[in-house]
Amino acid sequence: MLLPRLARTLFRRPLTDPAPATYPEIVAALVERLDAMARGRLGRSLAIRHVGAASCNGCELEINALSGVVHDLERFGLRFVASPRHADVLLVTGPCGRNMNEALLRTHAAMPDPKWVVAVGDCAVDGGVFQGSDAVEPGGVGRLLPVDLLIPGCPPSPTLLLEGLLALLEAEVTAAPPPPPLRPVEPTMESWAEPRRDGPVPEDGPG
Amino acid sequence: MNGPATRLIQSGTRRSPIRWRMDEAGWTALPAALRQEPELEFLGLWGEAERVHAAFRHAGGGPPLLATADAAGGRYAALSPARPAAGLFERMAADLWGLRAEGAADSRPWLDHGFWPRHAPLGRNPKPPLGELPQPAFLPAGGEGVHQIPLGPVHGGVTEPGHFRFHVRGETILRLEARLGYAHKGILGLMRGKSPKLAARLAARISGDSTVAHAWAFAAAAEAATGVAPPPRAILLRGVMAELERIANHLNDAGFLCDAAGFAWPHARCGALREVVLRAADSAFGHRLMMDRVVPGGVSIDIAPSGPDAILAALAAVVAELPPLRRAIDGHAGLQDRLAGSGALAPALAAGFAAGGFVGRASGRDFDARRDLPYAPYDRLGFTVPLRQAGDVAARLQVRLDEMAESLAMVAALLARLEPGETLLPLPARPGEGLGLVEGFRGEVMCWMALDEQGLIRAVFPRDPSWLHWPLLEAAVQGGAMADFPLCERSFNASCSGVDL
Ligand code: SF4
Repeated sequence: MLLPRLARTLFRRPLTDPAPATYPEIVAALVERLDAMARGRLGRSLAIRHVGAASCNGCELEINALSGVVHDLERFGLRFVASPRHADVLLVTGPCGRNMNEALLRTHAAMPDPKWVVAVGDCAVDGGVFQGSDAVEPGGVGRLLPVDLLIPGCPPSPTLLLEGLLALLEAEVTAAPPPPPLRPVEPTMESWAEPRRDGPVPEDGPG
Repeated sequence: MNGPATRLIQSGTRRSPIRWRMDEAGWTALPAALRQEPELEFLGLWGEAERVHAAFRHAGGGPPLLATADAAGGRYAALSPARPAAGLFERMAADLWGLRAEGAADSRPWLDHGFWPRHAPLGRNPKPPLGELPQPAFLPAGGEGVHQIPLGPVHGGVTEPGHFRFHVRGETILRLEARLGYAHKGILGLMRGKSPKLAARLAARISGDSTVAHAWAFAAAAEAATGVAPPPRAILLRGVMAELERIANHLNDAGFLCDAAGFAWPHARCGALREVVLRAADSAFGHRLMMDRVVPGGVSIDIAPSGPDAILAALAAVVAELPPLRRAIDGHAGLQDRLAGSGALAPALAAGFAAGGFVGRASGRDFDARRDLPYAPYDRLGFTVPLRQAGDVAARLQVRLDEMAESLAMVAALLARLEPGETLLPLPARPGEGLGLVEGFRGEVMCWMALDEQGLIRAVFPRDPSWLHWPLLEAAVQGGAMADFPLCERSFNASCSGVDL
C-alpha cells in the first residue's frame, strides 16, 4: 500500500522549497563577530541544540517545521542534535523565565567551543510581550548569554529562521583563513615518488 | 437533578448569572458535598487576593457553575480530597496568590522553583522569595530493583521545558511524575490592570499552538463582561481560524506520533500538509499561526480578498491526501502494533478528571464544547463528534483524524456563509465579569475575567485543557514500557506553557 505512494514521489516535483537568500549585511556582521572572537572554523555544517526558555511554544512549532520536507534543514548541513555536547549552535526561544535560567546556562556550558548563540523570536530578543514581568530575566537572552544572532518575529517564520541559520553557515565559510592543521599533512602519492624540495619529508606516516 | 454540591453552591449569594459567592462555612462543606455528587465535574480553581474561585459543570449539560469564597487569612478548604484534579490548581494558587489549601494531599511548590524575586506575587502581600529550594521530592514507588530516570527540562527534541521523573523497574514504568513550571513567565500578573484589548496579546501567547482558542476564550470573556456582541462576520472568521488551527495541530501531532513510533513517511506527509495549511492561513490572515487575529470585540484583521480561495485550495490538498494517509496508518501492522494498547486511559479516569478534547473523547467522554455548550458559529453548523472507548494511543489518533475530517468540512461551510460586514466593535470601559469557553484542539479552553470600574482587568484566569491532561498522562503511562513513553506523551501533547502561565 505504501510502496506505490513512495514510488510516485520519485516522479513528483520535490516539495522542498528553494533555499532563501542570505543578507550580505548580516553575514558580514557575523563574519566580523567571528573574527573578533578568533573562533576556529566549524566548516560547512552546524549542529543545533534548542532550549525553550519559557517560550509559548509558538517558536518551537516553527523551528520544528524546519526539519520537515518543505524546509529540509539537513540539505544545508544543519541538523538538530539531542545533546548539547554535540552542538555548535544554541537556539534559545522564550523570554528567559527565571525557572529556566539554570537549565539554559548549564546547556550552554555543556557545549564545546566554538559555539554560537542565536536568540529566536521577539521574546528571546528582548522579552517581547513578557517585558516587565517579575518572572522573566529582563532584557531577553542577551542578559544571560553572549548572543551572536537575533532572529525577531513572533514567531519568526521558518524561512526567516533558515535565512538566519544560513547566514551563520556563510559566515563560517567566508570567515578567517582555515586554522592551521593540527597534525603534519600526510604526504600524497606524488610526494612519495618525487622527493620534495620545499622541506623535509615527514618521517612517520600513520602506521 | 441538582445534587447536594450544586445546591450548596447556589445557596450562596448570586454575583453573576453563573457565579455564586459562598460563605466560609459553605465552602468548607463543599468537599463533602462534591463527594456525594460525582457528576458535578471540576473544571478549575484559581485565586485572587484573599479569594478563591472554582468552576464546575454538570456532566449532564448546562453552563459552568462558579463558586467563590473568601480565603480569610489566606486559607481555604482544599477540594482535592473530593476532586483529585484540583491538586495542581491548589499548588498553583499557593505559589501565585499565597493561598493555602487546608487538607490538601500535596502542598509541594509547583510554579515557584525558588528563583522568583517574590513568593506569591499576585497575593495581597507578596512574600519574600522562597530562596533556593532543596532538591524536589518526588512521590516514591516502593519495591525491589526500582530506580529513577530523570528527564528534562531540556529534552532531546525541540520541545517545551518540563521535567519527568520516572520510577521504573526494568522497562516498566511504575510511576511517572511531571514537574512543570519551567515555562512560567508571569502572564497573570502582566494581564492584571491592563485593558482587555492590551492583554489580548498576552492571551494569544498562553500556548502558541492554541493561540486562536485562547484568544477567542479571552475575547469571549471580555465581551461577556462588557455586554458586547461581536459582529457576525467576525464570528464566522473566528470559526474559520479555530478550525484551521485544529487541522494544523492534528496534522502536526499525527505526524510526530507516527515518527515517534519509527514510521517516518506519515510524518513527512503530515508536515508538508500542515505547511500548506499554515501558508493558506498566512495569506488569508497575515500570520501563519493566526496570532493576535482574534481580539475582544471581533477580529483584528479581515480575511484577505484572496483568502477564501487560498484556504479552499489548501483544504482540497488535505482532503485529497487524508484517505491514503489513513489507509497507510491503519494498514501498517508495525505501527498499529506500537499504538494499540499503549498508554490506555481508563474511561472512569477520563470522566473523573473531566478530560477535554481528544483525550476525553478517545476514552468515551462524549463532550465537545462546540456541541454541548453551543456558541456561535457552531450552533448553526452540523457536525459529528467522533468518539472512541479504548482510550489508548491508537484511539486518540483515530479521534484526531476523524475530527480533522469534520473540521475540513466546517471551514468550507463557514467560508460559504461569509457576508460583507463589520469585523470589530469597540469595547466600552465598564465593570463586569464574564466567562468564555471555546473548544480548542486539545479540549475546551476556559477564561474567566473580572473588570474594574475603569474597565481594566481586576482578575483573570485562562484555563488550558492541559491542566487536566497532565495528571492523566501520568496515569496512562503507569505499567507501560519506558520505550512507549514518547508515544504516549505525543498522543496527549499537553502544553507546558498553557499551565505554567
Ligand atoms: S516570540 Fe512569540 S511565538 Fe515565540 S515564544 Fe515568544 S510569544 Fe511565543
